[in-house]
Amino acid sequence: MSTVIQVDDVWKKYRLGVIGTGTLRHDFERWWHRVRGKPDPHAKVGEKGKIESEKGKVEGSENRASDGELADDEVWALCGVSFEVKQGEILGIIGRNGAGKSTLLKILSRVTSPTKGEVRVKGRIASLLEVGTGFHPELTGRENIFLNGAILGMTKPEIRSKLDEIVAFAGIETYIDTPVKRYSSGMYVRLAFAVAAHLEPEILIVDEVLAVGDAEFQKKCLGKMESISHQHGRTVLFVSHNMAAIQALCRHIIYLDDGRVRGIGSVDAQINLFLEDIRSKSREFETRAVSLGTSLELQHFAVSPTCVRSGEPIDFEIELYSSTSASVTDLVLLIYSAYGTRVSAMDLRNHGQPYQIRAESRVVRGRIQSLPLVEGDYQIGLYIKSEEYHDNLMDLATVRVQSRASQQRSAQYAAIHRGFLNLEYVIEK
Amino acid sequence: MVERLVRSPKRLRSLNPTIESQSAAEQWDLIIRPKTSWFDLHLGDLWRYRDLTAMFVWRDFVAQYKQTILGPLWHIIQPLFTTLIFTVVFGKMAKLSTDGLPPVLFYLGGVTCWSYFADCVNRTSLTFINNAGIFGKVYFPRLSIPVSLVISGMIKFGIQFALFLAFAVFYWAQSARVHPNAAIALTPLLLLLMAGLSLGAGIIVSALSTRYRDLQQLVKFGVQLMMFATPVVYPLSMIGGGSFRWLILANPMTPIVETFRYAYLGSGTFDAAYLCYSAGFTAAVLLLGIVLFNHVERTFIDTV
Repeated sequence: MSTVIQVDDVWKKYRLGVIGTGTLRHDFERWWHRVRGKPDPHAKVGEKGKIESEKGKVEGSENRASDGELADDEVWALCGVSFEVKQGEILGIIGRNGAGKSTLLKILSRVTSPTKGEVRVKGRIASLLEVGTGFHPELTGRENIFLNGAILGMTKPEIRSKLDEIVAFAGIETYIDTPVKRYSSGMYVRLAFAVAAHLEPEILIVDEVLAVGDAEFQKKCLGKMESISHQHGRTVLFVSHNMAAIQALCRHIIYLDDGRVRGIGSVDAQINLFLEDIRSKSREFETRAVSLGTSLELQHFAVSPTCVRSGEPIDFEIELYSSTSASVTDLVLLIYSAYGTRVSAMDLRNHGQPYQIRAESRVVRGRIQSLPLVEGDYQIGLYIKSEEYHDNLMDLATVRVQSRASQQRSAQYAAIHRGFLNLEYVIEK
Repeated sequence: MVERLVRSPKRLRSLNPTIESQSAAEQWDLIIRPKTSWFDLHLGDLWRYRDLTAMFVWRDFVAQYKQTILGPLWHIIQPLFTTLIFTVVFGKMAKLSTDGLPPVLFYLGGVTCWSYFADCVNRTSLTFINNAGIFGKVYFPRLSIPVSLVISGMIKFGIQFALFLAFAVFYWAQSARVHPNAAIALTPLLLLLMAGLSLGAGIIVSALSTRYRDLQQLVKFGVQLMMFATPVVYPLSMIGGGSFRWLILANPMTPIVETFRYAYLGSGTFDAAYLCYSAGFTAAVLLLGIVLFNHVERTFIDTV
């Protein structure tokens, strides 16, 4: 099998904080001082520490900043990433939030360019767009298939020949001439995936789309990815937090951490390494602030205890801070299994009321009265939505659940066979 | 296989000397590397994605009229009302000269040209801001968006131009004051110049406004003001030795509007050399625009 993607020592630098707020005059002065070889008159003196804490989300940036060639407010999102992908392979890419997965995909799909290094590609790359990107709400499903196909680089005859297949795959035959603004979100995703999957690119990039859509469709997508790789010899790059999906689909994995390739190779080995890292690292997280958009910040997130017996209660504490007035319309506590499957979601709003935060810290405390989980490690995360930001923060803390020692019935099955929950039950005598 | 982590080509070669010849023979379809030259313009890509440009044009046209009652009729209503107001304000009240032409025809000619130019500048200048979402997700030649806007503007121009022609024919049949002439053959050139000029100006603004959002406000306002530095509501002949004469003469839109009126109505000035100045100006603006635009597009998404 020949190599279709060669990523060769790719580096990507990002500037942190607010960009482009400087006025034209500042820019000019900066340029003028640079020309004369003098220091930047507008560099933020003594603000480094503040910036470091503000950006939080790009974790581990201290290590990255040590690579030189960086200004105070810059970080390496990728540092020296190199790997090869063979034709027909489904390559999984894993890593925590901010490890550089999305940056890597952005470079591969030519959305942004690397700071250093080179990527060589054979064949056409298409990325699976986020729900409805490139869809025009006023246009019908059919019209949007043509539009979206063209955005992904197909020609009109190509799309026409695939039209029926796309419509059938998405299962929207009846609605094909309805404007997509009347579609349900599920139909949107199905249509978007159908277009991309039928594009027949030599390389398909799939970034976390499976988080949406119903189970049946997710299965269909996984099947489609498998078939385009195995039957048609096409290559798929697949990013997901869902380790179960990665395991089902990929044989090779790249594990990114802090913008570096932490590991590369077989699925099981890399996933184990990843889970091991999460376990050892999640403690650091409790103290680090995470910025959520420009003004909102998650200052503190903690659960205690971090090690419980199944069925015991657990307390959580969330501290949000906003430098201006912000309205947090959604705040949901999430529990994920170690493999990234969502186990539970708890709406933390008070009767559906958004949290209004006005230049202050707001602490949300609570208790999960009982955590009847099967033993194992679970990730605790948050879904936060404000006017300008929404995201799943997936691995804010790890809780280790241990089996209940008491009242064991005969031989217990191993944890992996027992799903997620220990339910209370009785057997009638 | 994947496990073979390649740190650098040098090491790769030292590990396995046979790979060198193999990789030399390999044909890569695409090499992504940091932007090096300002003049690496990727114009071939724009041509390869011409179907996409056509789709954008079509989308603009179709989507604009969904759920409207009058649809494309708006294109006719808009210049008619503008002309009506100009006739009242500048013709009747300010009593500005119209070179002996019927005021309605005089203003309609100017408005038709000007609104195409102004529309194109205003819409293309928003390229990066309006499309940040899609630019962040997928690659296609970014230029295809402003190019499609300029082309879809031509459809609107065509409708308004037909309206203008109808009026011209009507007045021509009524009186002898309208003198169409051979300069009509220049119409495609005039349209091309306006398209190029507005595209160039629009993408310069769009490229700069990724950093300086203020420009967005400025451009709308600036285009409005610029109309008064263009002979839209007055003929060039009216400007004698006024102190702003140089400004009006330096304006590359001036010869275009004047030539347009000269061709269809027989009044105004026509000077081939002056029109060449406009063409040169357009070429310069367009080139500068494309260079700037290409420079910004590669890393624009990091700064939104």
